[in-house]
Amino acid sequence: MEILIKNGIVYDPINGINGEKMDIAVKNGKIVEKVNESTALHIDASEMIVMPGGVDIHSHIAGGKVNSGRLLRPEDHFKDYEPKTSITRSGVGYSIPSTFTTGYRYAKMGYTTVMEPAMPPLEAKHTHEEFNDIPIIDKAAYPLIGDWWFVLEYLREGKIEECARYVAWMIISTKGYAIKIVNPGGLETWGFGRNVASLDDQVPHFCITPREILRGLCKVNKLLNLPHTIHVHTNNLGIPGNYITALDTMKCIEDLADEGKPAIHITHCQFSAFKGDDWRTFRSGAEEIAHYVNAHTHLTMDMGQVIFTDTTTMTADGPFQFNLYQLTGNKWTNHDVETETCSGIVPFRYRRKSFVHAVQWSIGLELALLIKNPWKIFMTTDHPNGGPFTAYPKIIAWLMSTKAREATMKKINRKARNRSLLPSIDRELSFYEIAIVTRAGQAKALGLSNKGHLGIGADADIAIYNINPETSDPSKDYRTIRKAFEQATYTIKGGKIVVKNGEIVKQVKGVTMWLDIHTSEPVKISEDMKRRFKEYWTVEYENYPVTEHYLENSYPIKVKASV
Amino acid sequence: MITLYPLKEFKHPIIAESINPEFFQGKSIQEIGSLKIWEGNKERKLRELFKIEEDKADNPTITIHGNIGKVRKIGKKMEKGEITIYGNVGMHLGEEMKGGKITVHGNADSWVGSMMKGGTIEIHGDAGDYLGAPYRGSNEGMHGGKIIVHGNVRSEAGAHMRKGIIKIYGNASQFAGFRMRGGTIYIQKDAEERVGACMSDGKIVICGFLKSVLPTFTIEGIKKKVKIEEDEKAVGPFYLFRGDLTEKGEGKLYVSKEKNPHLSYYEKFL
Repeated sequence: MEILIKNGIVYDPINGINGEKMDIAVKNGKIVEKVNESTALHIDASEMIVMPGGVDIHSHIAGGKVNSGRLLRPEDHFKDYEPKTSITRSGVGYSIPSTFTTGYRYAKMGYTTVMEPAMPPLEAKHTHEEFNDIPIIDKAAYPLIGDWWFVLEYLREGKIEECARYVAWMIISTKGYAIKIVNPGGLETWGFGRNVASLDDQVPHFCITPREILRGLCKVNKLLNLPHTIHVHTNNLGIPGNYITALDTMKCIEDLADEGKPAIHITHCQFSAFKGDDWRTFRSGAEEIAHYVNAHTHLTMDMGQVIFTDTTTMTADGPFQFNLYQLTGNKWTNHDVETETCSGIVPFRYRRKSFVHAVQWSIGLELALLIKNPWKIFMTTDHPNGGPFTAYPKIIAWLMSTKAREATMKKINRKARNRSLLPSIDRELSFYEIAIVTRAGQAKALGLSNKGHLGIGADADIAIYNINPETSDPSKDYRTIRKAFEQATYTIKGGKIVVKNGEIVKQVKGVTMWLDIHTSEPVKISEDMKRRFKEYWTVEYENYPVTEHYLENSYPIKVKASV
Repeated sequence: MITLYPLKEFKHPIIAESINPEFFQGKSIQEIGSLKIWEGNKERKLRELFKIEEDKADNPTITIHGNIGKVRKIGKKMEKGEITIYGNVGMHLGEEMKGGKITVHGNADSWVGSMMKGGTIEIHGDAGDYLGAPYRGSNEGMHGGKIIVHGNVRSEAGAHMRKGIIKIYGNASQFAGFRMRGGTIYIQKDAEERVGACMSDGKIVICGFLKSVLPTFTIEGIKKKVKIEEDEKAVGPFYLFRGDLTEKGEGKLYVSKEKNPHLSYYEKFL
C-alpha cells in the first residue's frame, strides 16, 4: 500500500529536519522519495506534527518477571480493563498490562519499537512467547549477562576473546539484542546473602570485582561490534549516596571508548543519582552527574522518571528489591535464576507527599534538563519501576513547560520542594528535542539504522500528533500537549495505519529483532560446559537455546564480530 | 422511590453498577430503564432485566424484590440514599461504598462492603466470604463504615480492615480479621480458628466458642467488659490476647472466658 502524508510539520532530528512543512511518502513499508499521487492514500497532516514512531530503549514489557508481577498483583488489573472490540482483544492494565494491551497502548501513543531490558537467559523462551503475543510494536530483549558464571570465570582469567565468543553464543541462543548488566557482581553475591557496595568489592568465590566485569564486558561488546553499548544498571541502586557509584561506573570505562562514540548506557539514572548519607539527609545528585555527562561523550543514559502513582517495581537486582520490601513491608518475590542472575518484585506507590518520592521525581527531571545534549539522555520511566509507560505524555509536558513542573511542584512534599533544583531551571525542551529524547536518540543509541528517522529507506514507522507548533505554545498549553501525545492522530507501523484518532484500527504483527553474531570461529561447546549444564542448570544444554522457529516474526540483524 | 423486580431467574452473572440511588435520582422511568447493565458478556439496558416501578415519593431509595443472587456490584461507590433488597443478593454488594445505607432481607454473597469507606450495610441473613475485605491481592481493606450481619459469615471477614466496625450476630468461619490493621470486629457467637492471623492492630471480640488462639498471640489479662461502639459494650469476662507477634502486631483479641474453659491454661502466664 502507498501512503502520502501531506503538509505535515516534520521533526526528524537524525536527518536534521526541524519543523519543516513537507510530505512523506510510504511504499511497501518503507519511506520512499515519492509515490504515485493519484493512487496513494492521502493523509492530510496539515497543522499537525509528524515524527518517526517512538522508540523505547528500556521498558519491562515481557518475560518471567513481568508475568510474575501480573500474578502477584490482581488488584493492579481490576480497575483498568479493556473490553474486546471487533479489532482488538480484551486485556487489563495498569502498571503491568497484559501482552495485547501493552502493544495497543504503546501504539496509541505513537510508539512502534520497544526494548525489553532484562531477560534472564534461562527465561528467554518465556520472553519470546510473550513477544509473539505483543501486537503492532517491534521489540527486542537484552539478556542479562553480567553475572553469568561463564562470564565471571573468563573475565577473571583475562580471556576476553573467549568470553566474547561465549557472550555471542548466549546472545544468539537467547535471541537477544544487547549485553545487559545489572548490579555487576552484586547479583552473584546476593546468592550468598550479601551485596557489593563499591566497584572494587570482590564477588565471593569468583575473585572478580564489578569494575573488572564492567570493563571486561565493555571490551567484549567492542570485540563483537554490537550495535548498542553495554546497558548498565549500576551497583548500589536506590541507596542514598549512590551517585558516587554511578560516577565511578561511568569513569571506569572512560579509556575504553572510541573518540566521540558512546561505550556505556547508564539506565534509569534517576535511581542512581541519590545524594546524602541516609533517607533523612537524602538529596539529589543530578547536578554532579549532569556536570560529568556534559563534559564527556562516552555515555548515554535514560531517565527512569518517577510518576506519582501506584506501580510495581521489578528488576533483576534481587538485593535492591529485598531492601525495598524491608522498607515498605509490601508483598514481594525474589528469585534466584540459577547460574545467571536473580530478580525481585515489590508493589510500590509513589506519593507526592513523601519526601523521598518527591525528591526522586525531581531528580529525573533535573537530569533530563541539566544534561544539555538531548542525544545523551532519553525519556523513560523504567516501566513499570518509576511508573507505567502510559505516563510518557505527562513527562513530555513536564519537560516542555516550566508551568507544568510548577503545577506539580505545588502539590509535592514541602521539604522536597525546598531542596529541588527544578525552580532554578528554566529550560524547556522544544518539539525537536522531544523527538530526540523519545525516538531519534534512542534509535541512534540502539544502533537501529532503520528506526527513529524518516529518511529514504527507513522503516515506515510514523506518528502524527494533532498539535500545531506554529500556533500552540507548549509552555502554556501543556495540557493540550499532553493530550495530543496520549492519543496519536495516526500511528503508521511498517507502512500500515494502525491507529487513527487514538483508536486501534488495524492489528499488525511487529518483529522480534535479534543479533545474529558471526564470529570468525564458532564457539566450541566443550564437554566441560555440557557437564556444567547438567550439574547447575535445570535445563539441559540441548533444550537451552531458543531456536529461530520459536519467534513468530524473526528479524535477525547480522553483526560481524572481530573475534 | 424506585422498585425493581427481576424479570426472570438470571443464569449469568449480572454486573449492576448502575443500580445506585445517585444514578436514579432525578431521572424518569424511561431514563432509568436505559441505564447500562452487563449480563454475562452482553451489554443490556436495565429495563430488559428488571421491571421498574416508580413511587411518587421523591427520596433516593431503591427497593428490589426477588432473588438476585447473580447480581453483583449493587450500590458500587454509592454516597447517599438507600437500597433495600428483599431476597438474596450477589457478590460485591456496596463495593467502595462511601455513604448511605443498604439493607438485605435475605442472604448476601461474598465481598459485601468490599473496600468500603463509609455508610452502613445490614444483612438480615448470612453473608459469604471476604466480608468487608478488599479485592484479591490488595491490602486496602475497609476504611470506615459499618457492616451488620444477623446471620453467619464465612471466612476472612474483615481482612485488611483499617477502620470502621463489623458486627456479626452469628458465627464466623476461619481467618476473621486476617491482616487487620485497625477497626473492630464483633462476633456474638462462635468463631473458627486462626482468628486475627497476621493482624497488626485493631480489635476482635468473640463472645462464643473459639477452639484455639494462634500461638503467636500472647495473653495480657482478663477484662470485664469491652467497648464495641459508642454506648455499646460487650459484657465478659474476656481473655485479652495481643498479636499477631509474627507481624509485631498490637492487635487485641478478646475471647469470652465463660464459653472457653479450655483456654484457662493461659491464666498461668498472667
